[in-house]
Amino acid sequence: MSDLRDSFFQECDDLMEVLNDGLTALDEGDCDPETINAMFRSVHSIKGGAGAFGLDALVGFSHAMENLLDDVRSGAVTPNAQVTSLLFVASDHLSDLIDHDREGTTADMSRAEAILNDLRNLSTAPAPAAPGELSAEEQEAAAAFQPLVLDLGLDLGPDIGADPGADPDPALTPAPTPGPHPGLDADLPDLGPFRDDGAARPMVITFSASEDLYRTGNDPALLFRALKALGDLTVTADDSQLPPLAELDAATSYLTWRLQLDPAEGVTPDTVEGVFEFVDGICTYDISDAPPVICEPPAAASPDAQPPAAAQPAPDTPAAPPPAADGPASSGASSSRSSASSRSTIRVELHKVDRLINLVGELVIGEAMLRQSMSEQGLTSHGEVDVAMGQLRQLSGFLQESVMTIRAQPVRGLFHRISRIAREAGREAGKSLKLVTVGEATELDKTVTERLTEPLTHMVRNAVDHGLERPENRIEAGKPERGTITLSAAHRSGRVLITLSDDGGGIDRARVRRVAEEKGLISPDDDLSDSDIDNLLFLPGFSTNAEVSKLSGRGVGMDVVRSEINALGGRVSLQSQPGEGTTVTISLPLTLAVLEGMIVTVAGETMVVPTSALRETFRTDEAAIHDFGADARVLAVHDGYVPIVDLGAALGFREEPDTITRQSLLLIENETGERTALIVDAIQGQHEVVIKGLEQNYHQVPGIAAATILGDGNIALIVDTDQLMSSQPPVTRAVADKPAEVPFRSAQACPAQ
Amino acid sequence: MTKKILAVDDSRTMRGLLEQALRSAGFDVELAEDGIDGLDKLGPANPDLVITDINMPRLDGFGVIEEIRKQDRYRALPILVLTTESGSDLKDRARRAGATGWVVKPFDEAKLVAAISRIVA
Repeated sequence: MSDLRDSFFQECDDLMEVLNDGLTALDEGDCDPETINAMFRSVHSIKGGAGAFGLDALVGFSHAMENLLDDVRSGAVTPNAQVTSLLFVASDHLSDLIDHDREGTTADMSRAEAILNDLRNLSTAPAPAAPGELSAEEQEAAAAFQPLVLDLGLDLGPDIGADPGADPDPALTPAPTPGPHPGLDADLPDLGPFRDDGAARPMVITFSASEDLYRTGNDPALLFRALKALGDLTVTADDSQLPPLAELDAATSYLTWRLQLDPAEGVTPDTVEGVFEFVDGICTYDISDAPPVICEPPAAASPDAQPPAAAQPAPDTPAAPPPAADGPASSGASSSRSSASSRSTIRVELHKVDRLINLVGELVIGEAMLRQSMSEQGLTSHGEVDVAMGQLRQLSGFLQESVMTIRAQPVRGLFHRISRIAREAGREAGKSLKLVTVGEATELDKTVTERLTEPLTHMVRNAVDHGLERPENRIEAGKPERGTITLSAAHRSGRVLITLSDDGGGIDRARVRRVAEEKGLISPDDDLSDSDIDNLLFLPGFSTNAEVSKLSGRGVGMDVVRSEINALGGRVSLQSQPGEGTTVTISLPLTLAVLEGMIVTVAGETMVVPTSALRETFRTDEAAIHDFGADARVLAVHDGYVPIVDLGAALGFREEPDTITRQSLLLIENETGERTALIVDAIQGQHEVVIKGLEQNYHQVPGIAAATILGDGNIALIVDTDQLMSSQPPVTRAVADKPAEVPFRSAQACPAQ
Repeated sequence: MTKKILAVDDSRTMRGLLEQALRSAGFDVELAEDGIDGLDKLGPANPDLVITDINMPRLDGFGVIEEIRKQDRYRALPILVLTTESGSDLKDRARRAGATGWVVKPFDEAKLVAAISRIVA
């Protein structure tokens, strides 16, 4: 059952996705009946499953939602903005309820109440008897495992009545008070045996079928079987209406039955009525108390009545009973417990996966060490060894990739969470918006996905609060009244890019600059490019909002977003066009565990530069290097000039060298396309390295992202290229100087451009 | 002889619940994911009873029942509909389509099995 429960919650995720996709479509004016049907079915299925697991709150809520969707489906309610918006709110709450039930926590029902009322007000379904209470139907559905009495009159084999007492049916719902039944028919000739030791009183039932009864696959014999389960039953058929064979119409029912039931203890007239549930309206029947006759012998069978055993399918039954319906089903006591229920997923503790990933990481290091020592001993020149090493390398690479995919998760869930936060923020701010998601299937390390929630939440609130203009201002600007926020994910050269863009007013650079000056972050005569100004938003403590807004101003700024993303090995950047909107781009490593790096030597140290940032390499003696001002140099590349930074000096290993000859330049680029050329002394080669964090064992070092163990067993530091390039100056100048100083980018605005 | 039930429901959870309930009661179970799938599997599975959901993509439960009843060989095949609604409207519609009876979700496993056993025993 718990497997099924898990599977139910998994299914809920899929169903919620269908629902949300449908809502988005509806929101965009797509009223395709199948879209609405699919939404209805999703909520309906959630309700169905919830009922099976006794999740009453979920049943009640999904029921109310279902009613409204049903109205939309039937056309009784038009899916206007109000309805759509309510459905979004309800969908979010439904998602909450599911999460709470999944975790076994209690949902905030105060909110549910308001939404439920709104749902009921809009839908045409009858309001529940008492507001706030579940409707009768909901209560019925919620009364877990108390469904309607289920008695089926169905097709069966010819052995009905031939095997009395062998029926394994358990007694049905016991009920306390058998009461007298009106409509006593006192004149029945053939009463069966009568026991007077039972508490319930004997009943007489007359019954005749209609054509519809047969048309629906029902069969009187099945009713009799069900009745037999309720007590001692004697069945007599009245065939007096049966015409001669020549005149017999196969589709007509001619027989009437009289049944005497001596109910077992606890069987009420209601229970007996229940047997006729499925045939009510397609047969005529009457249930009455049997007269208190003292009936001596069972010899009753009057000459003109057929014996009980004659209760086989009537000769006029158009539907022939299926053959070989004998042999009791081994009801209840079976052992074949779902041999076929194959499962396509297994649940594994995360730490086991992490351990595997670490071990594979160590294996990769081991392989590299082996390769290195073999090459040092000249073994790799042997063809066979070389081939075997190549295979080993390839296999460990595959192994590593496969292991990484275990932790990978689509960003779908995250995007849905963010979408809903955007909608909530829009409501709070009184801004109408449309949220578009792209690339939901893109996979990302689970930990990264989880830790992205907070920064993205903040970003999306910013976009709604500061990015999108007020509706009236948008109309004035000739834009659609409703703003669009786009959240997208994509793979790009071994990294995952997540972008959040809005079509709002863009960054008010004059204002940002003014605020930064007021706060002493920059000086009025600093020459800043547009991009430099935009990046001021990432400085600690920067906030352009005079009063802290309810939405985004929660004491965190974009600086926190940046440090969160950096901690994940990611980079965040921002682009803005006045009047057109703002895009924030987050670039993340696919995994936190390994990295493809260029191994370099600087000032006698071995360092690793992530190849994801690397665009080109040059030899200093072949590159076009120009002096720029008194103490700066730039590299001429085909489309412009790039500032040159000595990696050794930037990290504090040495003084800036006066001359650069016989060295190498690594052209690195960040996500916004800004470039810098790093001077290194030598390039050793490209390797995959396993990232070993410094922060846990040491502390964060500016300009350094992490450390690694190389093939020769030595430790090397991994350069944080983004930080080197960011407005935060490298270590040598980091001493609480002016953090907003942007030395590199100023150089980009050189005359040649 | 083991009886076979064809259970048609678009909800994975509900299929799982039905499968578990019916298998542990000793029935053979064939599962179908929607109405079309159900009709496709009807011939090959040749079930003793069909139990079908109403709200399904592609072809709903009413459609399934109507299609089944169109074929002479299935005129007497017992068909139950699974519904979360206890309203008589749906039952009437189901019956007009040719349904034998209905099971209200959430169903009680023991009673579902007892009832079906009685039908197809």
